[in-house]
Amino acid sequence: MLKDITLGQYFPGTSVIHKLDPRTKLVWVIVYIIALFLAKWFVSYALVLVVLASIIATSKIHLKVILRGMKPLLLIILLTAFLNLFYSQGDVVAQFWIFKITRQGIRNAIFMMLRITMLVAGTFMLTYTTSPIALTDGLENLLGPLKKLHVPVHELAMMMCIALRFIPTLIEETDKIMSAQKARGADFESGDLIARAKAMVPILVPLFISAFRRADELATAMECRCYHGGEGRTRLNQLRYAGRDYVAYALGLALIALIVVLRTFGL
Amino acid sequence: MTPIIELQNVSHIYSPGTPFEHAALRNVSLSIAPGEFVGLIGHTGSGKSTLIQHMNGLLKPTEGKVFFGGEDIWKDPKFTRQTRFKVGLVFQYPEYQLFEETVYKDIAFGPKNMGLSEDEIRERVYRAAGFVGIEKENMEKSPFDLSGGQKRRVAIAGVIAMEPDVLILDEPTAGLDPVGRQSILQNIRDYQKAQNAAVIMVSHSMEEIASNVDRLIVMDHGAPAMSGSPEEVFSHAQELVSMGLNVPRVTQVFLQLKKLGADVDSSVFTVEQGAQQLLSMLKGGGRDA
Amino acid sequence: MENQAITVKKLVYTYPNPDGREGIQVFQGLDLSIEQGSFVAVLGHNGCGKSTLAKHFNAILLPLGGSVHVYGMDTLDENLLLAIRQQVGMVFQNPDNQIVSNVVEEDVAFAPENLGVLSDEIRTRVDDALKAVGMYEYRKHAPHLLSGGQKQRIAIAGVIAMQPKCIVLDEPTAMLDPRGRQEVLQTILRLNRESKITVVLITHHMDEAALADRVVAMASGKIVADGTPQQVFSQVELLDNVGLSVPETTQLLYRLRQAGVDVPLSALSVEDCAKVIYDCLQHTPKNRRTSQ
Repeated sequence: MLKDITLGQYFPGTSVIHKLDPRTKLVWVIVYIIALFLAKWFVSYALVLVVLASIIATSKIHLKVILRGMKPLLLIILLTAFLNLFYSQGDVVAQFWIFKITRQGIRNAIFMMLRITMLVAGTFMLTYTTSPIALTDGLENLLGPLKKLHVPVHELAMMMCIALRFIPTLIEETDKIMSAQKARGADFESGDLIARAKAMVPILVPLFISAFRRADELATAMECRCYHGGEGRTRLNQLRYAGRDYVAYALGLALIALIVVLRTFGL
Repeated sequence: MTPIIELQNVSHIYSPGTPFEHAALRNVSLSIAPGEFVGLIGHTGSGKSTLIQHMNGLLKPTEGKVFFGGEDIWKDPKFTRQTRFKVGLVFQYPEYQLFEETVYKDIAFGPKNMGLSEDEIRERVYRAAGFVGIEKENMEKSPFDLSGGQKRRVAIAGVIAMEPDVLILDEPTAGLDPVGRQSILQNIRDYQKAQNAAVIMVSHSMEEIASNVDRLIVMDHGAPAMSGSPEEVFSHAQELVSMGLNVPRVTQVFLQLKKLGADVDSSVFTVEQGAQQLLSMLKGGGRDA
Repeated sequence: MENQAITVKKLVYTYPNPDGREGIQVFQGLDLSIEQGSFVAVLGHNGCGKSTLAKHFNAILLPLGGSVHVYGMDTLDENLLLAIRQQVGMVFQNPDNQIVSNVVEEDVAFAPENLGVLSDEIRTRVDDALKAVGMYEYRKHAPHLLSGGQKQRIAIAGVIAMQPKCIVLDEPTAMLDPRGRQEVLQTILRLNRESKITVVLITHHMDEAALADRVVAMASGKIVADGTPQQVFSQVELLDNVGLSVPETTQLLYRLRQAGVDVPLSALSVEDCAKVIYDCLQHTPKNRRTSQ
């Protein structure tokens, strides 16, 4: 059940998307998000969707994997859609009790759902096709100028990398702890909200303790492998832009331009 | 006698219908008698963990039925939950599941979930602590202040306190030193005797299995490949090796002796049996066959 | 002195007590030296100080008294910290908690990256290290999907990518199944025999210790026995007293000796043990065997 969460996981591959420089992909995600928020009407959404679909197709990541990763977010997506559906002002199309549905509400709900789903799917593509270390390298490199302002860029990047590395491990661990507490009669499914929150204690306490123990052991293991911060560190895979990266940047620019044009026409 | 646990044609498939589909159990039928001490062996991925989680209703079979005391454990949700109290399952490294402020409270977690009275809970907690040798003065300590071995005992006591008719343990001695291993095994035997409980123990140590169990079930590729007394199972050394398993070292010595041409009975699996046999050969003229 | 990998002299160490009270004394003047190229097993029950000792070998812990020298370098000298850690690699019990990356080869590259090795050189080292542990074909895999034994071999590769002269392994097989244990032990043996890397294996498995050239048995922060596995395991009573049990082969021979049969306790392996018993059976006069 929890094992189905694919958030932050990396699926190694050899597609063009996989091979792109992580910096390119990071910038592209930002471009993509901007495009998504600038999108005004169905035409623009369709354009962004086509872009997303072609990225997914090129990456050879199965759609199933992406959908499976999205499952835990379903509730949030639906909730936002519902809120938009019922809380938008405009021409009423249906009404019952204190709820009324407006034409604008329906449109907002659809757009909101599209936006969140595509946003999530887009960022998934980044983590699915980029190894965490490459991602960290990219981020560290892009944020490099901030080092001059004494922002601990390397440390932040390292933290992110480790967090991503341990997500699957901790998920597996949560599963195990849940089973063990269930074997002692713990009940996570019944009772009111407070009872359920209380029922989480036997899971959260061991999980935190284990996370701290892991952190402690990992820190020692890193020290043993001569980790001493970012100073003087080299890389196995040096970041180097290739021809494909320049093409990607050009396409990104084109996307933003197109969306802006579509927006001015109200599409 | 009705078996305490019975599995009929149980199959379990993980993530069915996805590319990750994987059959962990294939048409498993087996039964466990009350009071029996069963050893469960098999290399990683042979389906042992999936099997034991079916016995207390943590996992539901994709196909087939699981019975506790002759009744289908999935007949209604209440009975499924009851079964979890009757069939105690101690996971691997159980000390990582401790969470309460005191040893007492942690052991009491199971009995509390059973809905027992305060007095009954108290009684059970102390009885369980007694079985695993936790001193009274440690009961109000935080379980996290104890040593690794002691934490393991507290965790096992947490399951024993439910006073299950079947106690299942997944590698209860993993990571412990020889002294720790011996004393945990003794605790388990004590509980078995006192409650006439059935015990199912998963272990990778053939020596440990050999000197404790009445019966051995060998899992391979999601199904029992062999079942029988340690003598019977360990006499199939070749097959065990091909399943990525082994026989106790003493048995290996006797198999080697046989290979060298000595007239020995290689169905020994403890040092004591081996020594007895050799001594009677050396001192008292040959093996009485 | 030249060919000593690690020299521990009169080591004193006390674990600091968080309450500010007096700490727990672990070592009160421990002496030990480990020869370059040897395979030494440090044996002891949980809490005997063997892991604490191991952490002194690469300056994770520093002596409060006495000294620890690693290839002539004093671990108390802060300037030598990286040089010491590069020479003495450390592998721990839980493979999950020493892997930093989601990709095998990037994890193996972690140490050389920290050491500032150039990119091309890192590539060679990573490939060599992965080949040495037999995990080269898994270089692009995600570690969390590998078996315990495979993960532990990745951890070993991550250490040998530093090109250390010595590796210290702290109960590397404690969390593995028999197959994983075999994989790891075979790897360690090969590194010692073929690459001449000094190996210090910390364990409470007698069978593992039996693979070493030398066994150092510890109890309550002291060395109680030191010698070849044959010499150390022959001291059955002593080991029993400190909570260690000898391999079943030795136990069997010990039982026979107790009953007055003259067999050497030093026959450790299954083959040797069977051989000495066989010889003994052959020497039992046939007539005595049949007459009774």
